Amino acid sequence: MGETPYAIEMLGITKRFSGITANDDITLKLKKGEIHALLGENGAGKSTLMSVLFGLYTPEEGTIKKDGQVVNITDPNVADRLGIGMVHQHFKLVECFTVLENIVLGVETTKNGFLQQKEARKKIMELSERYGLKVDPDAKISDVTVGMQQRTEILKMLYRDSDVLIFDEPTAVLTPQEIEELMHILKNLAAEGKSILFISHKLNEIMEVADRCSVLRKGKYIGTVDISSTTPEELSRMMCGHDVKLSVDKKPAKTGEVVLDVKGLSVKGKNKHKDKVRNVSFNVRAGEIVCIAGIDGNGQSELVYGLTGLTNVSGGKIELCGADITHSPVRKRSEKMSHIPEDRHKHGLVLDYSLEYNIVLQRYFEPEFVTGAGFLKKNAIREYAERLIEKYDVRSGLGAATTVRSMSGGNQQKAIIAREIDRDPKLIVAVQPTRGLDVGAIENIHKQLIAERDAGKAVLLVSLELEEVMNLSDRILVMYEGEIVGEIDPKKTDSEELGMYMSGAKRDKVEADR
Amino acid sequence: MKNKSILKNDAFQSVAAALICIAAGIFVGYLVLLMINPKGAAEAIMDIIRNFANYPRTTAKVKYLGNTLVKTAPLLMCALSVNFCYKTGLFNIGAAGQYVVGAAASLYGALAWHMPWYVCVLMAMAAGMVWGSFVGILKAYRNVNEVISGIMLNWIALYLTNMLLNTVSESGTPYTTQVKSVNTAALIPGLGLQELFVNRYVTIAIPLSVVIAVIVWVVLSKTKFGFELCATGYNRHAAKYSGMSEKRNVILSTMIGGALAAVGASFLYLSGYEQWQTTQSAVPAMGFNGIAATFLGGLNPIGTIFSSYFIQHITSGGAYLDTNIYPLQIADLITAIIIYLCAFILFFKQLLDRRNASKGGKN
Repeated sequence: MGETPYAIEMLGITKRFSGITANDDITLKLKKGEIHALLGENGAGKSTLMSVLFGLYTPEEGTIKKDGQVVNITDPNVADRLGIGMVHQHFKLVECFTVLENIVLGVETTKNGFLQQKEARKKIMELSERYGLKVDPDAKISDVTVGMQQRTEILKMLYRDSDVLIFDEPTAVLTPQEIEELMHILKNLAAEGKSILFISHKLNEIMEVADRCSVLRKGKYIGTVDISSTTPEELSRMMCGHDVKLSVDKKPAKTGEVVLDVKGLSVKGKNKHKDKVRNVSFNVRAGEIVCIAGIDGNGQSELVYGLTGLTNVSGGKIELCGADITHSPVRKRSEKMSHIPEDRHKHGLVLDYSLEYNIVLQRYFEPEFVTGAGFLKKNAIREYAERLIEKYDVRSGLGAATTVRSMSGGNQQKAIIAREIDRDPKLIVAVQPTRGLDVGAIENIHKQLIAERDAGKAVLLVSLELEEVMNLSDRILVMYEGEIVGEIDPKKTDSEELGMYMSGAKRDKVEADR
Repeated sequence: MKNKSILKNDAFQSVAAALICIAAGIFVGYLVLLMINPKGAAEAIMDIIRNFANYPRTTAKVKYLGNTLVKTAPLLMCALSVNFCYKTGLFNIGAAGQYVVGAAASLYGALAWHMPWYVCVLMAMAAGMVWGSFVGILKAYRNVNEVISGIMLNWIALYLTNMLLNTVSESGTPYTTQVKSVNTAALIPGLGLQELFVNRYVTIAIPLSVVIAVIVWVVLSKTKFGFELCATGYNRHAAKYSGMSEKRNVILSTMIGGALAAVGASFLYLSGYEQWQTTQSAVPAMGFNGIAATFLGGLNPIGTIFSSYFIQHITSGGAYLDTNIYPLQIADLITAIIIYLCAFILFFKQLLDRRNASKGGKN
């Protein structure tokens, strides 16, 4: 095997899907022992490129070299054997198995058909120690934190002796403290000789952890830069092709009367026997953005379900514009409340419907779109959809008639936001409105939310992204284990203090001042 | 982009996939016949395909075409039932049971209560709605899988029907009394169709079922109600999010599905073509064949009109197999194979889709 500084070389990779070139002559060289960031907007071709490397797609053109040798990666098993491992954005773990069982899954050592866990345990503990990956091998995945789940995924790769590790947006689900820990782990791994591909569109993380960064835009390779000699501004310019403001301009809030008033609200969780939201009280006034911050799973989703009517509340009272809506059906609430849902595929869209049908999903029953006899006014729907598509710059292959499933995530989200904002509500409930979107799209959505605020709308924003919380909100409410543990002025705090609240290390008596 | 290839057209794909299924089904049927007895295989498969055309005289041809059509009407109704529920995301295997209660209600109305035909049809409709609603209510409020409850309800329907219709059966036989001998008003009128087809079973039920198919198509694709049903079927959560009452939609769609299948039964039994056998211990195949017809029809009510006819054509054609060469059951076997392969339509459609995708990639 010839000596080469590169662990992976992807040379001239081209991959096309029915007319669309997802990867156009892309070259990516990963040095041994480096952390190499792969940056690009949504739809830039990052996932496609990684899928090619992982053997999920066969490229039309180009070659892949591993340690200087040309390899033909026809399926993920081949990638596995070549020592290429991947931590997917959505973890691939078996919830009801323990950490240890998940790590050995598929490569179990057995004797006469019985599992030999002792050796596996020894190897895992060694790896865990060596790389500083703290896990409890006997805990069930469903019981451990997201951070530990991720460490389990990393151990899974190390257990298989992978030396090329791909991380697909690994920080999206972590708390600030966990992110810091992950950065540390990544550096450790690289120092131990592992080569790391790090997919992200968070510039500050890339700046902190990566050695080099390759940028893709619209399927094309833009270039590779050394992190030590670049700036976040340059990276974002490479990624978007134009200058992007990284922080949000906004005027001070001019607050009006109370639009949403929540008193002592409790909501049960999915399994119905425990309150996931406990005795929560707050209000949102016209002209302000109130942000609910917190680590995923501390009752934010349930709070929103209770507010929007997707689940029944188990106690308390909700008032919207002075009217009691505690037990109102969804449609009654949505007269004055817009809801940009957390999960756009689950709640926000009917993926197999056309774009125009999705755009009228909250309005199809209005006389504007349906005749007295119950027939849909297809022309009116088409015109309305085309107007919104134009106004909110929703891009799709076949315009209003495009099946939403075939659209990119960013444009799907734009369609939802167009639909929800254009209804001219009094209150906008936006749950992680920028999740999984690229910098350009995020900037756009942030601007729109602020514009709505300035137009006198009340905005309740639920976000897991600290940066978003700090940039957008006029007030921050932190949720921890179903309760609001702090109300913070974003101008007088930093992400460290926020992190303390979010992890439950600090709490105020918020209830007292009500 | 504007110059869309005909191959990518969805309707074209559906039709192409259906034709491939049919060809494959007939071919496999032929292979089976070859295995059993190679001598008459070619002739036998042609006999099945020819169906009524096996008769030399035109009047006989028309008459037996009529017989096929008489049974196409109820099949089409069952297929529409399956189709309607499928749009709401439900697999209505219970159509068979809804068909059975339709037979019970319409025959009981005709034979015991001496009602005119349209009242009997309405009774069947009501019975089907009630029977269908059980599936829907269980699904909506208890999240009981509609396939499980549907199958169980099929058997309950069968034995309840046997019990009920036993009270109006001919003395000494397990068959229900002939409608024409008790209550001619309960026979669906032909309005000239009987003369046209030289076949007294050919009634307005046949054009009526086609009209209903068109209505189902309009409701599903043009109305607010259809919009809600399909949205619920595609994504229950999004339906709830946008304020639709998904529980109500699920129950309504099973009720309408039940009504369609039940009315289908009344179309057959009120033509006098068949009598109900009160000792039968198997749920009639009509409801199940409806599933095949729906899929072969590309899940489109209009397509279903043609696929129902085709399936009935093959089923009836099976009767023309030479029983000297082939055992009697072979006819059922061959038709079953053809129908079974029709169920692969989605597979073929996917295949066409993928072929296009990879082709597009190389352009």
